[in-house]
Amino acid sequence: MLRGRRRMECTLDAQSLISISLRKIHSSRTQRGGIKLHKNLLVSYVLRNARQLYLSERYAELYRRQQHYPDGAPLLAMPACPPPAAAPPELAVLPLPADTQDREARSCAVVRGGAELLEVPVCAAPPELQRAPCRDSSPGFYRATGSAGPGGGGSSNSAAPGLLYAAGCDFGSGGAPHCSSRTTVLDLDTHVVTTVENGYLHQDCCSQCPCCCQPAPGLASPPPTPGTKRKYYPGQEEEEEGVEEGEPGGGGVAGGPPFAPCTKRARFEEYSAEHPQDSSNISNLISIFGSGFTGLVSRQQADSEQPLNGQLCSKQALASLGAWTRAIVAF
Amino acid sequence: MFLKFSLRSVFYGAGGGNDIQWCFSQVKGAVDDDVAEADIISTVEFNHSGELLATGDKGGRVVIFQQEQENKTQSHSRGEYNVYSTFQSHEPEFDYLKSLEIEEKINKIRWLPQKNAAQFLLSTNDKTIKLWKISERDKRPEGYNLKEEDGRYRDPTTVTTLRVPVFRPMDLMVEASPRRIFANAHTYHINSISINSDYETYLSADDLRINLWHLEITDRSFNIVDIKPANMEELTEVITAAEFHPNSCNTFVYSSSKGTIRLCDMRASALCDRHSKLFEEPEDPSNRSFFSEIISSISDVKFSHSGRYMMTRDYLSVKIWDLNMENRPVETYQVHEYLRSKLCSLYENDCIFDKFECCWNGSDSIVMTGSYNNFFRMFDRNTKRDITLEASRENNKPRTVLKPRKVCASGKRKKDEISVDSLDFNKKILHTAWHPKENIIAVATTNNLYIFQDKMN
Repeated sequence: MLRGRRRMECTLDAQSLISISLRKIHSSRTQRGGIKLHKNLLVSYVLRNARQLYLSERYAELYRRQQHYPDGAPLLAMPACPPPAAAPPELAVLPLPADTQDREARSCAVVRGGAELLEVPVCAAPPELQRAPCRDSSPGFYRATGSAGPGGGGSSNSAAPGLLYAAGCDFGSGGAPHCSSRTTVLDLDTHVVTTVENGYLHQDCCSQCPCCCQPAPGLASPPPTPGTKRKYYPGQEEEEEGVEEGEPGGGGVAGGPPFAPCTKRARFEEYSAEHPQDSSNISNLISIFGSGFTGLVSRQQADSEQPLNGQLCSKQALASLGAWTRAIVAF
Repeated sequence: MFLKFSLRSVFYGAGGGNDIQWCFSQVKGAVDDDVAEADIISTVEFNHSGELLATGDKGGRVVIFQQEQENKTQSHSRGEYNVYSTFQSHEPEFDYLKSLEIEEKINKIRWLPQKNAAQFLLSTNDKTIKLWKISERDKRPEGYNLKEEDGRYRDPTTVTTLRVPVFRPMDLMVEASPRRIFANAHTYHINSISINSDYETYLSADDLRINLWHLEITDRSFNIVDIKPANMEELTEVITAAEFHPNSCNTFVYSSSKGTIRLCDMRASALCDRHSKLFEEPEDPSNRSFFSEIISSISDVKFSHSGRYMMTRDYLSVKIWDLNMENRPVETYQVHEYLRSKLCSLYENDCIFDKFECCWNGSDSIVMTGSYNNFFRMFDRNTKRDITLEASRENNKPRTVLKPRKVCASGKRKKDEISVDSLDFNKKILHTAWHPKENIIAVATTNNLYIFQDKMN
């Protein structure tokens, strides 16, 4: 990755690259001739690269700040991430780094974000994509969490489908460095890119990690209720996937295990009903970078929530993924 | 052989380019700056003799040019190419099942070798391949007993004598008729077709699969490569181009978006998912950037005529590979390295996704590829010299020698050089073709086709 003095501007560039890439994926859905698999795949690589740099910058900064507040930050539950398979860039199942202890100390400082963000830092780069050595501060993925979730790790997913955001934890200056954060959001419907400054109280933040997600007042409106028909609703994916299975391939086409679009959709609806989106008023925030479908389970969740398994996480991821992954998954 | 050599001028150009001095010959297409989208040229291909030159466009049309017979009195230039046939090859379609529109744009044209009086070519859009027969008609039967000359039927009771109809000459008519339609075999977008050296089969490749067809059979094809992962979330690369070996009917290659080329032998197994050879050059870690994956994606692969080498084109370079060496190319030519620092803007304006093609000359000694600002580049493999030329109507006097161009990457711009920032990225040359035997090249700008020849004296 780009190093040295350019890193700062690259971080900013990373943010704009992310929004540009998301815009491209979004617009590809309406282009004539159907979604171009090749181009979307390449765009997703750029997204991944930009994300890695962006998050690594954030993470490094948070770590530095964390050093100043060693006892203020409760531990964060670490997700159990199975090792990556073929590791697509955007959906990489992320390997847990060996120094979990270390990361836990750092990660708790990261909790915040658009009021609903749980950032779990994991080495983001799948092995074969890590030609450059992966910096140990490379963070992993975001998952939008329900606001004010109990500290036990029930980070419910409140991100509205059809929206994308990159949550950044930018520690502003001042007495509560933990608590200011900046979120860059791209509304795929209106194509508006905005940056939202959030404010939190330091103690609130730290005492309720990992889900100290008291939404700051004045944040965006609550996500739409489940069942609201949105552009990037999994149903669309289902339609395309289901159809794809019926393709008249050339002789001997090896089909993989069929997708279970209906199952996923059902789960999504069910899940959303169980965890109603609440106070976060970020209706036009979109969560991005949910990682591999099987990689989103936190240990605590695995224990406490029985049905939570890879597929449940997949629908969580679906809920939190924006159109850009659906563009790819839709084939 | 020797006579032919002496006819060709062997100059060493002032710009240090090739021995060949390229001259403008013709330009085809509208003069307007306002380009109609349907007129955008999407493929260019000479036939095996070089007498015919086919172009396909975004509107689904195919235009074939034919070279005039060489005129004894005009020994200083070869015959001109004139329109021979125009037909609508593909129409826009709508896939109702998937709610997808299928573009009529012609992605590739490939000629079959000529077996009889008619010519045959394959043309393909994203989903359907068609075999077209182009035939001439220069005679017509006259003197029917039951039909008038205009086609009206005569009343049989008025026929008093019988005559035998005879063929009489007529104005040449060139007819194109679709003889085979190979449809419904590709879920993803077809990017390549390639005719086997057995002249009976051909392959078609989309993003994830390669199918083998028999030219006579349309209702079936064999899938020979399938890289679709069981779980589409695990997709990491797609097929970008595929080609049969020019001599070995069992061998083909396909390139990927990750910059690798796989050579497969159809004798090894029915499904060639396991390659026989994998050609890959390790990435230079110092060049790593956000866009490394994009610029390493291969946009075209072409075997040399000899079959010993193959050439690949990625965004910034052309690489020549020896089929006997898998771990690195034998030659690498930088097409427009000055763009490496501009990748961010090229990503924003989508130019970084442009798919440039490349081609060999007849003797495999020179390779050619396109660039921006209507520039195209040639690399002489023997002399290691290269030249940049421009396809522009400004040099449109026949037999005007093209002036070599130069792009100034940074710093002081010399006279006649063009700075990177003043390049027009909307003027791109993606498709070029080289006559199989002569030094005649066809270069497609957005909507115009330029034909250049070497200077003959």
